Amino acid sequence: MSDITEDTVRHLAGLARIALTPEEITRLTGELQAITAAVESVNKVATPDVPATSHPIPMENVWREDVIADQLTIDEALAGAPDHDGSRFRVTAILGEEQ
Amino acid sequence: MSDLIRLSAVDQAELLASREVSSVELTRAHLDRIAEIDGDLGAFLHVSDTALTVADEVDAARANGVELNPLAGVPIAIKDVLATTDMPATAGSKILEGWVSPYDATPVARLRKARMILLGKTNMDEFAMGSSTEHSAYGITRNSWDRTRIPGGSGGGSASAVGAFQAPVALGSDTGGSIRQPAALTGTVGMKPTYGGVSRYGAIALASSLDQVGPVSRTVLDSALVHDIIGGHDPHDSTSIPDEWTSFADAARRGARGESLKGLRVGVIKELDTDGIQSGVLARFHETLRMLAAEGAEIVEVSMPNIEYAVAAYYLILTAEASSNLAKFDSVRFGLRVTPSGNPTVEDVMSATREVGFGDEAKRRIILGTYALSAGYYDAYYGSAQKVRTLIQRDFAAAFGQADVLVSPTAPTTAWEIGAKLDDPLAMWLSDITTIPVNMAGIPGMSIPIGLADEDNLPVGLQLMAPAREDAKLYEVGAAVEALLDAHRGKPFHALTPNYVGGGK
Amino acid sequence: MAKDALVDFDDALTRYEPVIGLEVHVELSTKTKMFSSAPNIFGAEPNTAVTPVCLGLPGSLPVVNKEAVRYSISLGLALGCEIAESCRFARKNYFYPDLAKNYQISQYDEPIAFDGSLEVELDNGDIITVPIERAHMEEDAGKLTHVGGATGRIQGAEYSLVDYNRAGVPLVEIVTRPIFGVEERAGEIARAYVATIRDIVRALGISEAKMERGNLRCDANVSLRPRGTDKLGTRTETKNVNSLRSIERAVRYEIQRQAALLDKGIAITQETRHWHEDTGTTSPGRPKSDADDYRYFPEPDLLPIRPSRALVDELRAALPEPPAAERRRLKAEWGFSDIDFQSIVNAGLLVEVRETVEAGATPAAARKWWLGELSRIANDQNVEVTSLVTAAQVAELQAAVDAGTINDKLAREALAGLIAGEGTVADIIEKRGLAVVSDDGALITAIDAALASQPDVLGKIRDGKVEAAGAIIGAVMKAMGGKADAARVRELVIERANA
Ligand SMILES: [Mg+2]
Ligand SMILES: [Zn+2]
Repeated sequence: MSDITEDTVRHLAGLARIALTPEEITRLTGELQAITAAVESVNKVATPDVPATSHPIPMENVWREDVIADQLTIDEALAGAPDHDGSRFRVTAILGEEQ
Repeated sequence: MSDLIRLSAVDQAELLASREVSSVELTRAHLDRIAEIDGDLGAFLHVSDTALTVADEVDAARANGVELNPLAGVPIAIKDVLATTDMPATAGSKILEGWVSPYDATPVARLRKARMILLGKTNMDEFAMGSSTEHSAYGITRNSWDRTRIPGGSGGGSASAVGAFQAPVALGSDTGGSIRQPAALTGTVGMKPTYGGVSRYGAIALASSLDQVGPVSRTVLDSALVHDIIGGHDPHDSTSIPDEWTSFADAARRGARGESLKGLRVGVIKELDTDGIQSGVLARFHETLRMLAAEGAEIVEVSMPNIEYAVAAYYLILTAEASSNLAKFDSVRFGLRVTPSGNPTVEDVMSATREVGFGDEAKRRIILGTYALSAGYYDAYYGSAQKVRTLIQRDFAAAFGQADVLVSPTAPTTAWEIGAKLDDPLAMWLSDITTIPVNMAGIPGMSIPIGLADEDNLPVGLQLMAPAREDAKLYEVGAAVEALLDAHRGKPFHALTPNYVGGGK
Repeated sequence: MAKDALVDFDDALTRYEPVIGLEVHVELSTKTKMFSSAPNIFGAEPNTAVTPVCLGLPGSLPVVNKEAVRYSISLGLALGCEIAESCRFARKNYFYPDLAKNYQISQYDEPIAFDGSLEVELDNGDIITVPIERAHMEEDAGKLTHVGGATGRIQGAEYSLVDYNRAGVPLVEIVTRPIFGVEERAGEIARAYVATIRDIVRALGISEAKMERGNLRCDANVSLRPRGTDKLGTRTETKNVNSLRSIERAVRYEIQRQAALLDKGIAITQETRHWHEDTGTTSPGRPKSDADDYRYFPEPDLLPIRPSRALVDELRAALPEPPAAERRRLKAEWGFSDIDFQSIVNAGLLVEVRETVEAGATPAAARKWWLGELSRIANDQNVEVTSLVTAAQVAELQAAVDAGTINDKLAREALAGLIAGEGTVADIIEKRGLAVVSDDGALITAIDAALASQPDVLGKIRDGKVEAAGAIIGAVMKAMGGKADAARVRELVIERANA
């Protein structure tokens, strides 16, 4: 079922925000074709009657009380920032629209 | 090398308790060992510059008669996947170079509370993606047993550090075998707890539904003692199990007294006992089964028909979750930023940063995961993989109906030559076939050394598996098997370790 | 930006039938955020109300805020929704600098509430039923400030600054089904719907619901279909419509703009559009594309939520009266005419007036303050009237008037003091020296002086021409600098004149 072309990989790289080189795109296209062919075996046994398991240990209603904790100081918040103005993180111009 | 560092953590702790040795001396001995060989071994990415200070404080506390944890003052190495406030946490990636967390991972915080001495951060495959520790942005780690071999992965740094006596114990993380497989390949003990048994808070996520933090050591009891410290409920991790846990150290001590093997039903997973496994590995495995039988254990064969789909399902789930978990590395709040020339938009900067900051394996998995989740493919890939997870859990449930513990070789082979599998990612992925099912099911798994393969004299590991929440069972049985083999051998396994000779730092 | 061609609104409706759909985001007023224990506060210093979770720091993990779940269930019930037996969270994956993890934790295939309907009352009292598809829990994003370029717009900005204080604030997104048959009232219905949601969340006490602060945000979907056809037309989603007035205007604008295109035979592009308050126009944003492949999947860091039926029943029992019913009741209790009452509703001040009455003021006085003086001031300063004073303060002010401590004129000055935050009404009367002269002695002195200086007037009063007293009262008020109770002065004037 996998019909992976270089355009597919280019599109995926866009979604994943990775500026792949043409060489990488060519290599990954081949690898992705091989890998998907290998993993498609899961469809043999994943029949409609089998429920999906998202968590290995089933639990529910795990929540916390509405109490403030773990607050960072401004210095801690900005400590790792590549660029900031002393109170906010700085990024270069945004072209795309908000979602 | 000092004899001190060849002792188990428990024995080192006894010397501290009896004041025969100070934590400062003990810590310095390990730091010296690191300085002596790590330039060649490459187990550490960062060595703490405060370890001796903390050791001094513990000695002072002990002198003042303060009540201390059994392992207080004993050194431990930390896999670089865990956030630490006093050392960088890079997860082996260039994209996080030099990042120091403003908070401690919960297991790390608990080690500090127990006043263990954090020696440093150990090398790993980038974001724990790999089985050989050749995918670290900071160079390879060699096998503590043979410098020409890989130590397994992703936790090769912690395994080799413990194997080469740079630390008595270490923390690792296990998503598909990253604690157990390196333990097997370096002749050490590694434990992957029940999913939710140890907090993931502060462990840089690879695959949220598979990741689990656990101990690495040279003896089963040492792992149990560390597990007692780091384990237990943590409200910061929603998937953390709220149960009370009994002492794993007690379980290990119980096992070491023998008895535990008599009448124990040991299930051998048929699908993992094939000639696809290296002959020397299989030989040690069967030899161990015979010894267990001789002790009164009942060896039964169990079948897990869906195991053949486990690797495929595992890589779909892992890459899907990883593609999302690794999206936060975007050069805005932390980590690397690469700004292309011209006047780039923030999208350009993010894309350039991730192109430069991620290694090949990380990119490969992010792209596959993005594909597996993308519109039109979700059901066929991620959705189906989640169903296979159900089938594997059912297989285990059936198997545990016939056996108290399950066993298999921890890894299909012994440690391979550096570089041997680098050009074949799929082959590398398949080498995790024996460990992956355990993560898929969320059950606990342990690897203990059982001898050397005849063909290459390299360590072989036995994997023990128990039902979810029965981690104590593994410590009891693991310690029993360990005691049995030590008795036959006349000395502990790690006494066989050849002295690692290599350049220092 | 090229100006859009528009068709006259009524003319457009002769050829096309508008269909609208609304997405409303409500920020919940919990103490902490949806998945992090950071404070949920407005207006703090940038990046001070954050934890490792809000910044998406490596290794950090989300934990659900139980209070936010309770609020969401209450809102779902108030919208007449079913509450899911079991629901779960999902990751919506897309890169944007205000989204710390580059995925939003939301709900996808299993929302907490679904299949509801809401009765919306229009200006003329008509009731429209709006079908609700779902209400789901999610987290808000951070705030971007665009620096350089044109007036903080994205376009042409040199760089942007990110503040994550809002990142992770609990949101409930309420999505309607397509609303048919809205016709010329499309805009009014959209506005009334959002106003009703605002009233509900305020009555529930689960949100500040201040649109100017973004506590309540509306995306309006509009499509047209030629009369006599039943296939839905291509819709546009107008975002960033953040006042009740603009919702109505934006919907009408889109109808006029789309009609003009369809008349020319130009197909509508499915896109998000941005509303511009200043120009009253919409401009094209991002076209829908495969970049909208959000790769939803179940959030592995969180577990399913199964609200116990006991909890749901408890919250249902605690629901306040539905707005429409409450209006009918209050109108009767207060004895207002349709027009007088509707004017309060249309001004969106029903909650304030009700709270003021509950605090002791008469309905008439409460209405007078909120629709009169306060609305005027809000208009001049162009702020939301609700941001000026609290209902309790207004009641306190009116009480002082009723007690005769101050008169209406002085009360307006005291109100200025309240708005300026000078303290309680008592404080302000004290500090500004506003109290009326209640000491008859001082009044009598002034009155006698006035009568003496105007013997003719005195004569008229004695002859029973009481209306003549006005001149004296005026003189006395002047002498008192306005700080006198006119009624009392009148009594005393008559008394002294005939003494
Ligand atoms: Mg929306
Ligand atoms: Zn939303």
